[in-house]
Amino acid sequence: MTIANLWVVLEPAENGFTSTSLELLSHARTIASSVAGVTWGTGNTQATLAGEYGATTLFSVDVPAQALPGAAVAAAIAGGELPDLVLIPTSYDGRDIAGRLSARLRRPVLTNATNLSADGHTEHQIFGGTRLVDAHFTTPGVGIVVARAKSFVASSSGGAPATVTPLAIPDLGRRGESSITNRHVEEQTGPKLEEASVVVAGGRGIGEVTGFEIIEELAELLHGAAGASRAIVDAGWVPYSLQVGQTGKTVKPDVYIACGISGATQHMVGMKGSKVIIAINKDADAPIFQMADLGIVGDVKTVLPALAAALRARSK
Amino acid sequence: MNIVVCVKQIPDPSAPQSLDDHHNLNRLGKLLLDEADTYGVEMALQLAEASSGEVVVVSMGDATDLTGLRTALAMGAARAVVVSDPSLRGATALDTAAVLSAVISSVSPDLVLTATESSDGYTGTVPAQIAEFLGWPSVTFAKSLSASENNLTVSRQSEAGYDEVTVSLPAVVSVTAGVVEPRYASFKGIMAAKSKSVEVKSLSDLGLTLNQGQAISAVTEAPSREAGEKFVDDGTAAEKIIAFLESVKAL
Repeated sequence: MTIANLWVVLEPAENGFTSTSLELLSHARTIASSVAGVTWGTGNTQATLAGEYGATTLFSVDVPAQALPGAAVAAAIAGGELPDLVLIPTSYDGRDIAGRLSARLRRPVLTNATNLSADGHTEHQIFGGTRLVDAHFTTPGVGIVVARAKSFVASSSGGAPATVTPLAIPDLGRRGESSITNRHVEEQTGPKLEEASVVVAGGRGIGEVTGFEIIEELAELLHGAAGASRAIVDAGWVPYSLQVGQTGKTVKPDVYIACGISGATQHMVGMKGSKVIIAINKDADAPIFQMADLGIVGDVKTVLPALAAALRARSK
Repeated sequence: MNIVVCVKQIPDPSAPQSLDDHHNLNRLGKLLLDEADTYGVEMALQLAEASSGEVVVVSMGDATDLTGLRTALAMGAARAVVVSDPSLRGATALDTAAVLSAVISSVSPDLVLTATESSDGYTGTVPAQIAEFLGWPSVTFAKSLSASENNLTVSRQSEAGYDEVTVSLPAVVSVTAGVVEPRYASFKGIMAAKSKSVEVKSLSDLGLTLNQGQAISAVTEAPSREAGEKFVDDGTAAEKIIAFLESVKAL
């Protein structure tokens, strides 16, 4: 397949679009001759930003403010003339749109892509990123690809504002019967996890919920952000927003410090792109040591307080 | 409230994984109930118990070893339906959703619960695909949910925190781990599960043909990260970490 027409789903965010959306849009213009964005909500006012990153057209879907966008955006895309491929960010709403679009059009969807070439082939990491899968669509029709955060670099093309074109939502039947009644924003201090240059992450080895305090303190001392493995998120010790990994956030900091994290596949996928990795774990055979630039076989409960004390002493 | 929970039997995630000649995940060893599914099963049991409803588990996959499904039955689900067909080996997420939707339609529940994604294939699109096939609303990434007369109130994960969402029934909801604490099956439950109905259906029983439409061209080794130095902590770990942070100019 050759991708002439490529649409990128641009997810609205506070200051325009999510960073993953802009990464995908930046990549799209390097592989396709015609690139359009599809957005909704506050994204509909971002023609300048969409154009700057490479979209010539911005399709705007008039999703009601309190509605979940998945069903409406998918139906709007499916209802018109289709491009060769729709590229969608891996996110909560992105996966809803992809799933809905796929079922609506009876077209398969390739998920967790870390690359997309001009011939429509996708790259996916499996087994904790130790193997790369090259996949493609085998039947004619629109391709649907969901790509992971930080797979591409966002860069401005300096393009002119995109032309905004409304995309109508057909009758959704019962599909649209959901509404957001309240939005809760979790308080956050320091740099955002996905953007921090240093990430200090805690796993099961921190022992108990209070063990996360030292993780947060170290993150603060190193002007970084605290992260977590799925194990301690599942245990309810920290909120899901701190989860690094397959189901959580993808991070690529300069320094990643894995504390009491064994290095399950699920976790590795989210942090293996870090520039350097420091691992502290009691188990000398923990898989995390296979990718650590500095491995400390030791108990986080003694190593971390000593490290925090040394860092505090330096900052005085 | 009658509830269907979609579950999957997966190879032991702590065992080494490999691919077969067709680039499909080897499923030769023992299959377990995906731990991610136990949260949906527990949630369904709690909602059904509060409303004198029934929980049916629906699955797709090899039916020669049903230990994983028996785990869900031992927890308290009433019965199971599994679609098993050689042609479903390596099925796409779309075909999986079409198969599960066909079974769900025949059960016609008030609610379908799923995990956010399976722990082996992790496409994460199946819940939305099922909802679209059924023509139902859906809420994915639920971290808590409560039922009232004809709708559910769901706390849904968001990038910034969480949203409270109301959804009318019937609906599809995917739940995150941690939505509830899954119960351990009791001895009584394990014994009872042995005599519960597990209906095995083929693709032709459902009158479905597969869509397919995607393939793997190649699987290659990823460039590996070289492991660096490894020390056993002798009390100087903090110094070593600080020296290392200085060497990479992080301090």
